Order: sequence, then C-alpha cells, then structure tokens
Amino acid sequence: MQSQEQYYVPTGSYWPILGSVGMAALLGGFASSLHGSGMGTGMMVLGFAIIIFMVFGWMGQVVNESEAGTYNLQVDQSFRMGMGWFIFSEVMFFAAFFGALYYVRNFAVPWLGGAGNNAFTPTLYPEAFKSVWPLINMPLPENFSVPKGIIHAWEVPAINTLLLLTSGATITWAHWGLKNNHRNNLIGGLIATILLGITFLGFQAAEYAEAYMELGLTLKSGIYGSTFFMLTGFHGFHVFLGTLMLTVILMRVLRGHFNSERNFGFEAVAWYWHFVDVVWLGLFIFVYWI
Amino acid sequence: MATTTSDIQTEIDKHDDHAGHDDHHHGPEKGLMRWVKTTNHKDIGTLYLWFAFIMLLVGGAMAMVIRAELFQPGLQLVEPQFFNQMTTLHGLIMVFGAIMPAFVGLANWQIPLMVGAPDMALPRMNNWSFWILPFAGAMLLSTLFMQGGGPAFGWTFYAPLSTTFAPDSTDFFIFAIHMLGFSSIMGAINIIATILNMRAPGMRLMDMPLFVWTWLITAFLLIAAMPVLAGAVTMMLMDRNFGTSFFDAAGGGDPVLFQHIFWFFGHPEVYIMILPAFGVVSQIIPTFARKPLFGYSSMVYATASIALLSFVVWAHHMFLTGMPIAGQMYFMYATIMISVPTGVKVFNWVTTMWRGSMTFEVPMMWAIAFVMLFTIGGFSGLMLGIAPADIQYHDTYFVVAHFHYVLVTGALFSIIAAVFYWLPKWCGRMFNEKLATIHFWWAVISVNVLFFPQHFLGLAGMPRRIPDYALQFSDFNMISSIGGFAFGASFFLLTYIIVDTIRNGKPVKEARVWESAKGLEWTVATPAPLHTFDEAPTRELILAESSHTGSH
Repeated sequence: MQSQEQYYVPTGSYWPILGSVGMAALLGGFASSLHGSGMGTGMMVLGFAIIIFMVFGWMGQVVNESEAGTYNLQVDQSFRMGMGWFIFSEVMFFAAFFGALYYVRNFAVPWLGGAGNNAFTPTLYPEAFKSVWPLINMPLPENFSVPKGIIHAWEVPAINTLLLLTSGATITWAHWGLKNNHRNNLIGGLIATILLGITFLGFQAAEYAEAYMELGLTLKSGIYGSTFFMLTGFHGFHVFLGTLMLTVILMRVLRGHFNSERNFGFEAVAWYWHFVDVVWLGLFIFVYWI
Repeated sequence: MATTTSDIQTEIDKHDDHAGHDDHHHGPEKGLMRWVKTTNHKDIGTLYLWFAFIMLLVGGAMAMVIRAELFQPGLQLVEPQFFNQMTTLHGLIMVFGAIMPAFVGLANWQIPLMVGAPDMALPRMNNWSFWILPFAGAMLLSTLFMQGGGPAFGWTFYAPLSTTFAPDSTDFFIFAIHMLGFSSIMGAINIIATILNMRAPGMRLMDMPLFVWTWLITAFLLIAAMPVLAGAVTMMLMDRNFGTSFFDAAGGGDPVLFQHIFWFFGHPEVYIMILPAFGVVSQIIPTFARKPLFGYSSMVYATASIALLSFVVWAHHMFLTGMPIAGQMYFMYATIMISVPTGVKVFNWVTTMWRGSMTFEVPMMWAIAFVMLFTIGGFSGLMLGIAPADIQYHDTYFVVAHFHYVLVTGALFSIIAAVFYWLPKWCGRMFNEKLATIHFWWAVISVNVLFFPQHFLGLAGMPRRIPDYALQFSDFNMISSIGGFAFGASFFLLTYIIVDTIRNGKPVKEARVWESAKGLEWTVATPAPLHTFDEAPTRELILAESSHTGSH
C-alpha cells in the first residue's frame, strides 16, 4: 500500500531559515545581555518573537496540509517516528541532570566528607560542613545562600504527583473518546488535563515562592539548590509546553480536526504528556522523597 | 469512517486540481533562494558537504598556526593565549563543523538513493537541520573577535577552566554548541525515520547496504548523546551566570562531574564520527575487490556492539582524575573489549580483498589507506585504554597522534574516499584521475610525516596544548610541522580537483559509474536527477544490487 501512493515531498519553505535567524537572535541576544550589552535584550525579544511566528506559521501550514488530506499513512508514520525519537532525546537530556544528581549524592558529597581515599579533604572545610544529603551546609557556606530548610515530599509535591497521575488518566480518557468517536469525552478529557496541568504549575510556582522567600533555598544554595531547581525547573517548563500543546489540540478538536483513524497531532501530544508525567515520578522519588 | 475517507479523497482531488499533482517535480528554483528554501535531499546534501569543506579549511588554517608555532621550541609567532584559542577552536570546528556535517551530507545524498526512497522522511526539517549550521558556526567563530578572546580551554572544555576562569565569549560558545546539537538531533531523527519508514518495501533490514546500517546506528548514538552534551553546557551556563555549583566543590559539586557528563557524550561522539566511515569503506572495498562484502551480518552486529559499548566506557578518558581503582579496572576492561568488534570489521575488510580481482582506482586507494592507518590509530587506542600505561600517555602528544590517526586518516580519509566514489554519480563528471592519484600519495605520505612522529614525542613526555616545549623534542616537532604544511597544502590541490571535476570533468553517461559497483544508487541515471525513486524499486532489483548477497 505504501509504495503505490506518492510520498508527499513539500516544495521549498521559508520557515526553517526564519527559525534559524530567530534562534541565532534569541541565543546571541541572550549571551550578549549576560555581559551587559544594551542591544542583547532587544535582540533576544526579537528572536523569541520570530521563533513564535515561525512555530505558528510552520505548524499552521502542516495542519492545513494535513486537513487537506495531503499526507498519506506513510507520512503519518514519519511524523510518529519523528515525535518518538524526539521524546527519546528529551529523556536523554533529563538523564544528564538525573545522572548529575546521582553522582553528587553517591560520590561527590561523600568524598567531600572523607569517604574513599579522601580522609584529608574534610579538614580543608569549616566544621559546620556535614557530608549528608540534602546538603544544607556547603564546604564554603559564605559563598552561597544557606537554606533554612527544604521542600518536603509529602506536602505539595505529593499533591502534584496526584495531579499529574490524574492528568495521565484524563488524557487517556480523552484518547478513548477520540478512538470511539465520543467527541464530548474527548473535549472533556482534554479540558480536564489542561486544568490539571495549570493547577500543577500553580502549585509549583507557589513552591518556588516558598523556597525563595521563606526557606532561602535558591539556585545559589550549593549543589542541592542547583540540582533541585534545574530538575524541577526543566520539568515545569516541559509541563508548561505540554499544556500549551494540549490547548492547541483542544482548539483543533473544537474545529473538528482528528478522527479515530488520523490523529497524529493528538497522539504526539499525549505521548509528550505521558513522558512529562514519568519524568515527574522520577523527580518525586529522587529529588523530593529519598 | 467511510465518509471521512471519501472526504479526504475529494480534498486530494481538489488539491490536485489547484496545484497540479506534479507540483514538486518541476525543476529547481533559480538563484540563491533555491538553496535557502530547498527540501530536496540532494540539494541539502550538497549544502552540508560544502559547509563541511569550508569549515575543514578554516579548521585546517588553525592547525597550520599551531604547527607553525611548534616548528621550533620557544615562542615565535603567537601569544600562548591565542595558541590555546587555536587548539580549542581547531578541535571544535573539525568535530562539529567539518567531520559531522560531512557525514550528514553523505547521508543526505546517499541514504535515499541507497534505500530506494523518493527523499528524506521529513524534508522541511531536513532543511532546518542544515540551515542552523551556518549560524552556529558563525557564532562559534565570532568568539575569536570578542573582548577577552575566544574559548581557550581545549575542545573538551573542562570545568573550572570553562566556568570560573573562562572569557565572556564562552557563553556564545555554549549557545553555539546548543544550536549544533539541536541540528544534529533533528538530522539524526530524520535519518532514522528515512531508513525505517522510507525504505523500498522490498528491502529488509538485512538487505540494507552497510553505509545505511552504520548511519542508522550512528543516528541512534546522536539522539542519545547530543542531549547529554546540551545538559553539560547548560550546567556550565548556569554555573557561570546564575550561581549554581554543579562543578564547584565549594558548593558541594565536583569539577570531575563535568568530565563524567562530557565524556558520557564524548565517547559515543567518537563513534559517531567513525561508524559512518566504516560504512563508506564497506561500500567501496567490495566494488574494487569485485567480491561481495565478507561477513555482512557480522559487520552489522559488530557495528551495533561498538555502539552499545561506547556508552559504558567513557571514564577511560579520566584515568588520572583520582577515580577509585575498581572504576579504573572496569573502564579499562570494558574499553579493551571494543577491540573485538572493531577487529571483526578490519578482518572482514581484509578478507573481502583476499583473492579479489583488485584494481586501485582513487576511491579504493583511499579506502585501503583508511584500513591501514585507522588500524594504527586503533592500536594506539588500545595502548591508551590500559589504565596503568595511560599514566604515562595521558595528556601527551601520544593522545594527539592517536586521535588524529582515527579522525584524519580514519574519518576524514573515508569522507574523501566517499566523495571520489560518489562524485561522478552526483555531478555526472569524472575527476582527473592522474591529479587525484598524485593528491592521494601527497596526502597519505605527508599525513604520516605529520602525525607519526607525534607518537614518539608523546611517549617521551611532550604535553599536548602547550605552545613551547623542551629542546629534546625539537627534531620530531620540526618533522611533524613540515608534514603538516605539506598535508595542509594538499588541500589546495583537492579543492582544485573537486572544482575542476564539477566544471570541466569528463562527462560520465553510464548509470553504473564503477563497472562492478552494486547498489540502488547505481541504477539511477548519471548525473542523479533531482528526484529519484518516485516508484520504489522491486525486490528483484534490490537483491540483484545487493553488494553482500549478489554475485559479482
């Protein structure tokens, strides 16, 4: 069946070059602004605007082509493979940060405390330094923001876990709605998932506010703060992106896009959402809990 | 459901009426915009290859600065700080700007032709993968002109040299790496989707040419390794600008953590740069030995084994960081295990040539040079992999000699071999064989004069990345520099040969440019038309064109 149909090879496109210009402006502007260049911030904003324009334009074109029936099942399969491997690359990005967490907890911090053949190392630091996790007292605390406490697992993070697990169920409910042509279930499931995502983000923001305002737990709180905020921060950013993507899918559903057979856009976002969900479970266990 | 299908069908018909079904079959656009907008795998392959070639010359010019400074002991030409910027950018440009894009360019040109696909699976994304590169390359090179100079911490950018003690331009370097990684990941996703989804229906996985197999596995390595590099540079960015302490022991972090994350990327990265080379050589040798590839399936399994092992050996780059002995032992044995599948490959190439009807056309000479010289690099790699011996070799010119044997006479030689092998198919013209032969001997002799003495320098203790050296290293350094200048000059001749081929080369009409070449790419017209394989080739054709099961 695949070979009889023509594979759709699009004609030339301006979107990619626009994306490159936007990306260069965004990142170049960011780097300039880090070093006090007046133009940096402006360039960054411009680059960001170009990227947003590009994403909407490019994706919009793809959606239109899809709705016009341009894509056969083989093209659909290419999209699915693309999304699947993209998610795998995201998994590996998070793996770098989880790996860093694993290494500091099991090697770097114990070695600073004298484990292995490092008996003399602790003599270099003030006595307040204790080689424990979470690491509250760093070897040189005067360089850092020493936190009064940390965020505990069985408070807000546990609620967030419940929220994300529930959202995993609601997106599946929506998926069944799509598969069985129950559009109301599809719409209801999507709305529920979006609301759960937004609630999660609200709790996460409140947690950050508590950490910064009350606990003094910041990015500058040594390796604990570094791993805590980078892992939860990148995850939160992914939840944000996922929520945006779900919203776009909801808009498309309301316009009558997708059916039980052709639904790559929906499924791609659902996979992404499950991926974000699984990363959170890792975070809850290794960052908050144990 | 029935309604929906017919709806779609109506839409397709409408679409056809509007735009014409063969819309994308018209000739290419004219002028610059053709190249900016293109979604054609052949155009994009050409862009990749030219970009890589220009970067090769830029990185090569930096190497000339390095060799000129090292011509004699003492400081003659450049400041040590500038010397360090040259070693750093030479490495980064060659790895991310020359070798990797060149292989992606070959993949773009060849994979659709070799699997009988009309194009890459995701053509617009393919364009984006390429067009990020010039911007990232420009950002990387622009660091040289910034206040405080460019990155000077070596291509491995170890913390804290790259965090606490690095110039401001380092943040531009970080974002350039982000962009290059993004481009590589998209390119790799496209290659996997093309191989798995666009293959002619009659081609099973174990029917695929070895170049396709090696790229499939390389693409997997890219998707797994590049995000880890992105993580490493992101942590650097945060440590430098936002007060985190990933690589700062004062806050409980560890500079050695940087090395672990970097080499978790870095070791798969070296296989990213050599597996496609294995693929190229496995295509060329059967053609000119006029025998099917010996041990095809063992080649596939060996490639996969090398790829998997590459993820669990990274700390052999770090034997001198104070790792526990148990760690050193593990990483030593795991590393040396890689020589088994690599040995399988070298054995198979040699056995393919055994009792073959060998002829020595230019691509074949490059491929044979690859087998011999890459093997030298492999052996010095074995030496470096032995933890106790590495105490002597670490950070010396022995390491420099090792990785230049695998990357220059390995990866780069295979790229040159591939260009000479497929260039006539791409542009329909034959290169000047006499000049190309002269160029081959010039390059292959000079490259050995350049790198072989560096083994002796390293064993005697000359450290890498230092612009000055003790007097007893003078003679070998001078010999090495002379070889370096000669090798550098050979690229003027290579440039001439390639441009001359494209503009004035003798036209080639035969689809099968090399009489005994096998593979689907040799069944399309010469020069390869812009669009090929609109109809998938049959299984009979695929089997007849197989270079490992077919009869030669």
